[in-house]
Amino acid sequence: MKKIQLVKIAHARSGDKGDTANVGVIALKPEYYEILKEQLTAEKVKDHFGSNVKGKVERFEMPNIGALNFLLHNALGGGGTLTLKHDAQGKVVSANILRMQVEVPDDWEIK
Amino acid sequence: MKKFIRIASGQGYWGDRFDAPIDQVKEGPIDYLVMDYLAEVTMSIMQKQKSRDPHLGYAKDFIPLMETLLPLLVEKKVTLITNAGGVNPVGCMLAVREIAERMGYTGLKIAAVYGDDILNQLDTLIASGNSLKNMETDADLSTVRKQVTSANVYFGARPVVEALKQGAQVIVTGRVTDTGISLAPMIHEFGWSWDDWDKLATGVIGGHINECGAQGSGGNFFAGWQAVPNMERIGFPIIEAYPDGHLVVTKHESLGGLVSEQTIKEQLVYELGNPAEYITPDCIADFTTIQLQQEAPNRVKVFGIKGKPDTPFYKVSISYFDGYTSIGMLTYTWPDALQKAQKADEIIRKRLEYLGLKYEDIHTEFLGYNACGGDTAPSINDPNEVVLHIGVRGKNFRDMNKFSREVIPLVLTGPPTVTGFGGGRPKVREVIAYWPALLNKNTVEPKVLTVEVI
Repeated sequence: MKKIQLVKIAHARSGDKGDTANVGVIALKPEYYEILKEQLTAEKVKDHFGSNVKGKVERFEMPNIGALNFLLHNALGGGGTLTLKHDAQGKVVSANILRMQVEVPDDWEIK
Repeated sequence: MKKFIRIASGQGYWGDRFDAPIDQVKEGPIDYLVMDYLAEVTMSIMQKQKSRDPHLGYAKDFIPLMETLLPLLVEKKVTLITNAGGVNPVGCMLAVREIAERMGYTGLKIAAVYGDDILNQLDTLIASGNSLKNMETDADLSTVRKQVTSANVYFGARPVVEALKQGAQVIVTGRVTDTGISLAPMIHEFGWSWDDWDKLATGVIGGHINECGAQGSGGNFFAGWQAVPNMERIGFPIIEAYPDGHLVVTKHESLGGLVSEQTIKEQLVYELGNPAEYITPDCIADFTTIQLQQEAPNRVKVFGIKGKPDTPFYKVSISYFDGYTSIGMLTYTWPDALQKAQKADEIIRKRLEYLGLKYEDIHTEFLGYNACGGDTAPSINDPNEVVLHIGVRGKNFRDMNKFSREVIPLVLTGPPTVTGFGGGRPKVREVIAYWPALLNKNTVEPKVLTVEVI
């Protein structure tokens, strides 16, 4: 197995619901979904975000579109118009999650 | 019955590209145009406008837009459904009627959907046992009752279907869900029953794809933004709905943008909670049943969707005044840009302490360094510039103003090579906080008023 950055095999979009950010991580090819499902556990995602996410992380599976949806609780500095964060609506959490590392088989050719 | 109908998205939010709805009507055949105007904060602003002038309280710039749009709608026989009515849908409808009368569109029917505004009924509702507790914190509404600035029930497709039945070609609503305005034409045209959950869920998902405008057709597209054609005239999504309960997402050929399985997937996960339980006033849609299939360039079939019965509750959106925020920014440049910005942050914090000013929250970020990434951002060496982004939140307006006076003086009193202060003192903004609650569906009744232009 070799380590690569998640951005090589997935794309994402994120948004807000109050103080919770949601981020959907979508496999770029159907065969990548199993990697996401096995390796992107709620716990690992919580670790990756560190102090950015004060609350728990929930994970939901969407095998039909090869995606995982994460809810990052207490992640937006209060959310809405309350927050003092530049990314008030969690719009770029999508990019942040794609910095994670995943392991893929050595013979996978990924550009 | 029509073989299919085309429901075009004209606006993803109030302030979206102004000519998108005009292009949707002009550039190809559509049957319905839907436009979303409302966010939680918007309702509060509109209540304020209405309290100053009872004729106002709706999206004001919708009226000048109708001067251009209405002749096109009439010519092309397109029906418009929009929640531009805000907290005064009847007032908005009357303003549209005035334009229609002036233009001589005799016989045109215009409808207002209202009854969602419960601001004046709050105390009665609470007294009769509707707690309106905060769905997230379980707190009692009495804790913020005096600060409440707006309160609206989210209606679904039902009252819009009623307006369509009455023959309205322009329908302005209050707080109807973004998905409801796309679902309503399908129910009306195809006669779907109110307990055909799979079909209703299909319409809801069509609405979810439409509700953010170009975000469903190549805008904000992570997986391939470089290859999206003509973003300067991006085509907003069009949902082709079929009576058997499947959809095709497409766009006008002459416009830019991209409709692919990937662009649709990105929009499907946007602002999504539990995908198996997407709750709307009309049904619960199961996003884990959605199947997508690219059937031609810029045509994606959406099918296989399952739905479940609706809940006994309406969601209520209550907004309340909750103090102020103020955010200041200063740009520091090489050499040692980050260290300079950090020093400036330290100085401001010491000044606030020296002046005895206390806030509910004070928060600093460094743009160009790690503001957006936080703990996920790797460190970088010697950036060319870093923007200090420092904000405070509090209830005392005078103290907020005092913070605002402490930022710009850093230009002459703090670290060197600082710029970007041309905007002057940071503004002090009101915080309008959001209070989500539930209300039994039998406590409020949507109302529909249709008028005919004479």
